[in-house]
Amino acid sequence: MDFLTIIQVLDSTVRLATPLLLACLAGLYSERAGIFDIGLEGKMLMAAFFSAAIAATSGSVWLGLLAGIVSSLLLSGLHGLASITFRGNQLISGVAINFLAAGMTVLIAQDWFQQGGRTPSLIGGGRFAPIELPFAEALSGVPILGPIYSELISGHPILVYLAFLAVPATWWILYRTRFGLRLRAVGENPAAVDTAGVSVVGLRYAAVAICGVLCGIAGAYLATALQAGFVKDMTAGRGFIALAALIFAKWRPWHAMWACLLFGFLQAIALRYQNIDVGGFVIPVQAMDALPYILTVVILAGFVGKAIPPRAGGEPYVKER
Amino acid sequence: MTFMKSLMGATAAFALSAGAALAEPALIFDLGGKFDKSFNEAAFNGAKRWADETGGSFREIELQSEAQREQALRRFAEAGANPVITMGFAMADPLSAVAADYPDTKFVAVDVTWLDAPNIRQIGFAEHEGSYLVGMLAAMASKSGTVGFVGGMDIPLIRHFGCGYAQGAKAVNPDIKIVANMTGTTPAAWNDPVKGSELTKAQISQGADVIYAAAGGTGVGVLQTAADEGILSIGVDSNQNHLHPGKVLTSMLKRVDVAVYDAMKAGADVETGVFVLGLAEEGVGYALDDNNASLVTDDMKMAADSARQKIIDGELSVVSYYDNDSCPALSF
Repeated sequence: MDFLTIIQVLDSTVRLATPLLLACLAGLYSERAGIFDIGLEGKMLMAAFFSAAIAATSGSVWLGLLAGIVSSLLLSGLHGLASITFRGNQLISGVAINFLAAGMTVLIAQDWFQQGGRTPSLIGGGRFAPIELPFAEALSGVPILGPIYSELISGHPILVYLAFLAVPATWWILYRTRFGLRLRAVGENPAAVDTAGVSVVGLRYAAVAICGVLCGIAGAYLATALQAGFVKDMTAGRGFIALAALIFAKWRPWHAMWACLLFGFLQAIALRYQNIDVGGFVIPVQAMDALPYILTVVILAGFVGKAIPPRAGGEPYVKER
Repeated sequence: MTFMKSLMGATAAFALSAGAALAEPALIFDLGGKFDKSFNEAAFNGAKRWADETGGSFREIELQSEAQREQALRRFAEAGANPVITMGFAMADPLSAVAADYPDTKFVAVDVTWLDAPNIRQIGFAEHEGSYLVGMLAAMASKSGTVGFVGGMDIPLIRHFGCGYAQGAKAVNPDIKIVANMTGTTPAAWNDPVKGSELTKAQISQGADVIYAAAGGTGVGVLQTAADEGILSIGVDSNQNHLHPGKVLTSMLKRVDVAVYDAMKAGADVETGVFVLGLAEEGVGYALDDNNASLVTDDMKMAADSARQKIIDGELSVVSYYDNDSCPALSF
């Protein structure tokens, strides 16, 4: 494997890891506040559809992004309503959201565009264009660092940079702000937060809303930056891999980034090489595809440290009387 | 009581006549979905043409999961639909289980050729022959000496496509490099354009400048990325040249639409048995229209057409992947 190939694989890693990272951080906010969310997939799918649909009809990708975020927020609101206000089962609400999104997107798309559950292809301003960072062209001749800067770091759509900036931002919000402290507390011991006179319901809704915004960006990235339009079921299980990454990262932002990059890297390798020959021993591509799940199971089984979810996760909060 | 009897008799007679009148054909789309711009859409187009021409109507279902296959077959057979047309190789097992229970119903199985039942019309396509021709065109259009192949789900049928393609490319340029990838091993591989895009980018970075997508909905991502990156792509099943005019070299046509149209036209009297449609029957071929007229030169067209004639005449034989589950020109 020569240097250029490594750069290309890493470049592919960044592209593949971005939607995972956004969805993973979305799940992190929600689960840290004690609301399990397996509806990440559905929210991404809904956002992917509406961002592509609005971008296609208006010609503006920014309006598309906004529409994606709003649609994802609506599903988040639904999840919040079911699991916070009505204290329903969070897992079932999440599953319902996944089904709802899978069916509704195709139905609306068919009714709207008559193209068989997909949106028209986006052209021109309907897509996020890659951003060339300053000096990328000039520095590309510099050995080693030049290609790393011009190929790997420069030339991604703005949402990629946004996703990676969201990691330190999430760390700062969770560990350095009052809101973050309360958010974490409400996931561990909501009764204590309530005793302190802070609204548990309000905090949880805020967390679920942030989750919706991030999922919305993830969906918009899939449909308007990576692809040029929406295709049925285009999230293809990425919401679940993001959940696996979240567990793998033990609900911590920096670790989430590395987990997503690792999973993205595994996908990139699997896409680049069908079968990997390691000293006469051939690893089939299927093994690479399965690796994220295997790693997650290993982590869950407690082989590599313990993955302990937020203690109040999955439990609706009932004020004691 | 007698009144009741006659009433019931009348109802039964009505039901019978209704059943006879309602012997409309039924079409079961595979998991890729009715509008995959490819395989299933071709079937839909054939059915639609039949409906438009005859004024008839047909019943249809898009499968959502593996579990629905047998259920859908039984539902249509019991509702009196005749013939029941199924799409895709995966219907073979459910069909072999169901067909014997409904001896009076004719089934039409597209992409299935190995079942043993008296009431199934099995239609196979010589995809390797059509793929051979587009492989030749790809090799002639390639400037880098590397062409790519992106398959959908890793099944023998898709390898069959890839194998013909590789043989065609090698016939033009024996030194050509062929980069082949499969999208996945589950049915999700038919609908993952993001992965299709990444595979395309990976193949471009390995030098490919013409990429053939035999991947259903995933192929949409392949064609899109190829157009974005300024290389040529080849569509599959339906004519996909119009998706990116001037950037899709050609499409390997698999005339599923004709097969479905013919079956619906024959109705309940459809002839059963195994039929393989190749170049001679115009069951497969490559697409030429205004969108790719500037890409396919006269020389390319002549070479492809002469190979086509040779295959029809039997002077040239394209090795089928099915013959011994391996491909002389490409290893997967």
